[in-house]
Amino acid sequence: MVTLKQIDHPSNAREFTRDDARAHWHDQALWFVRVKRDRMAQSLPEWETVRERASAIKAHTISHLADYLEQFEREATKRGAVVHWAANAAEHNEIVHSILARHGVKRVAKSKSMLTEECHLNPFLERQGIEVVDTDLGEWIVQLRGEAPSHIVLPAIHIKKEEVGELFHEKLGTEAGATDPKYLTEAARQRLRDVFLSCDAGITGVNFAIAETGGFVVCTNEGNADLGASLPKLHIACMGIEKLIPRAADLGVFLRLLARSATGQPITSYSSHFHGPAPGGELHIVLVDNGRSEILASDDYRRSLHCIRCGACMNTCPVYRRSGGHSYGATVPGPIGSILNPARDPQKYSTLPYACSLCGSCTDVCPVRINLHEQLLTWRRDIALGGNLSASKRLAMKAGGWVLRHPWLYSLAGRVGRWSLRWLPRGLIYGPWNPWGKQRDLPPPPKLSFRDEMRRRKP
Amino acid sequence: MPRVGLFVPCYIDQLYPDVGLATLELLERFGCQVEYPEAQTCCGQPMANTGCVNDARPLAERFVEIFKGYEYVVCPSGSCAAMVKHHYEEFFHGQPDYEKLRERTFELSEFLVDVLKVERVEGKFPHKVGLHQSCHGLRELRLGSSSERVGPQFNKARQLLEGLEGIEFVTLTRPDECCGFGGTFAVNEEAVSCMMGLDRVHDHEQAGTEVLTANDMSCLMHLQGLISRQKKPIRVMHLAQILAGRPVPN
Repeated sequence: MVTLKQIDHPSNAREFTRDDARAHWHDQALWFVRVKRDRMAQSLPEWETVRERASAIKAHTISHLADYLEQFEREATKRGAVVHWAANAAEHNEIVHSILARHGVKRVAKSKSMLTEECHLNPFLERQGIEVVDTDLGEWIVQLRGEAPSHIVLPAIHIKKEEVGELFHEKLGTEAGATDPKYLTEAARQRLRDVFLSCDAGITGVNFAIAETGGFVVCTNEGNADLGASLPKLHIACMGIEKLIPRAADLGVFLRLLARSATGQPITSYSSHFHGPAPGGELHIVLVDNGRSEILASDDYRRSLHCIRCGACMNTCPVYRRSGGHSYGATVPGPIGSILNPARDPQKYSTLPYACSLCGSCTDVCPVRINLHEQLLTWRRDIALGGNLSASKRLAMKAGGWVLRHPWLYSLAGRVGRWSLRWLPRGLIYGPWNPWGKQRDLPPPPKLSFRDEMRRRKP
Repeated sequence: MPRVGLFVPCYIDQLYPDVGLATLELLERFGCQVEYPEAQTCCGQPMANTGCVNDARPLAERFVEIFKGYEYVVCPSGSCAAMVKHHYEEFFHGQPDYEKLRERTFELSEFLVDVLKVERVEGKFPHKVGLHQSCHGLRELRLGSSSERVGPQFNKARQLLEGLEGIEFVTLTRPDECCGFGGTFAVNEEAVSCMMGLDRVHDHEQAGTEVLTANDMSCLMHLQGLISRQKKPIRVMHLAQILAGRPVPN
């Protein structure tokens, strides 16, 4: 894939932290969700067993993916759905467009789907003269602002209610200065109701597709997927091929984990099951690969396909909370995004695996036990070996490694360093060349190192 | 008498010799015969964590060669111990010298509690202590239970500190959030790193921490740097220094 512009996470993050109050507000908002998640997890004594089970089901499914996909296609077809296969985003968009065009669709109500974001479906359809309305409230807000979601579950988490008030005043004609969430939500509800009643097709994502039954489940809190899929005659469901689970009996494991991990709810308000088209309607299911097979082929990153897109790794990530979703420059941000995006384009996304202190909180929070922080570390290796590490970092590590291989040189460097810290004027130590010292003091240097002390102790 | 090879991380050797000395004293107090192999420098974690595995590998090879003969290897850092125990795997998978070494390498609190079965450390520490949970010790070595997981609560550092007379522990709003040090992350993502650190300091301030401690001096170096720049009254000590009976620094 062609690299357009490299994402510079450190600069984006610096920009985000410049407004300290806002960055803290963002951090707190997400930490609040993490705390709710903790409470929900702690309410299930069997939590770790459920995680283990979910991980095992996903590992099994992924290792038999081709078989399960074919089974799903057979069963879904039996139920009257039409199943399409898309190798990449372009094929996905073409397939969706051709279905819409065949039905003369002018307006589509779309419920939340990170896959269609990943494929940039909205701008594609708009270029073909089809209006797409995102009906998830958060997604609609970012759509009205002409932005991308900053979080996969909470797309508008970076926006304050005052800003929503301004936006709605401008776009929907609500009262100027309105900030009451109830008032604003009601205004959105009324407007979206018109969209549902007037749209010609509904597009939804898929949370879980069941190979055994050919059915699938969409989880929402707003019921927008139900309205979008039920009111018009045409329903198109778009899913990544990793969304599959083998049996209906497996569903309970994931539904128990998903909402608890995502928002700290025991379950989403709506878990809508779709088995074949509505009477007199059409149901199309688009199965999308778009790079997933390549991840599947990799021993190091295969487990990232377990992801159920709950967003818990984002909520817990101390870096994500303080740098915002847009700083990652990708549809899926945060820890899981920092694994999935370099798989697409290691050069463009080479800073993402480094936007991480390797604290491991994501790994412990992940409901399907993806070893996220270990994969992020593995990505660093692949970025360095692939020549996508900056020359300054590469050279610093080479030089450091060389010094550390020679104890006398290491001791000498240490002595020079401590001497400099003691005797050089502060202005020489602290300056733009010393990022450590911008906000931090260096430790007061001891006269002797530990090894010097040990030598003195010897008789 | 257990024969211990003392593994002193490079930054502790150069910048915090007293942490090494306190570790040595503690191990000797509990009956270990301690040797400090002077050929050691660094375990290679900075290179490995940057992805430069080819620069880390020779350091890992040196490390195994230097330490393979010891009955135990003990280190006053969870992060450096985790490097040897978990991340050397990719260099030496299945090699007998390494497999033996990894089983015998311990972070200090883990060694005191699990190997030496220390029930109580004698001493007094009449201070309000804020215990920072260093991530690699917590989530890679499992020196304590992390807040994300469901199960029994435990913490080896706290268990050791609890024996000291007069010690009090503060309650933090975020019990085990990362301080933002993260090795090269501290300079590579300076803005986020410092914001994370300041948030930790603030949490400790609100909780009434007099002395901030941890199993890892690297986290403390970062936090102390921020505390010192902001001229906050919080004092910083490594776990080994408190356990060895060091006075609180001015």
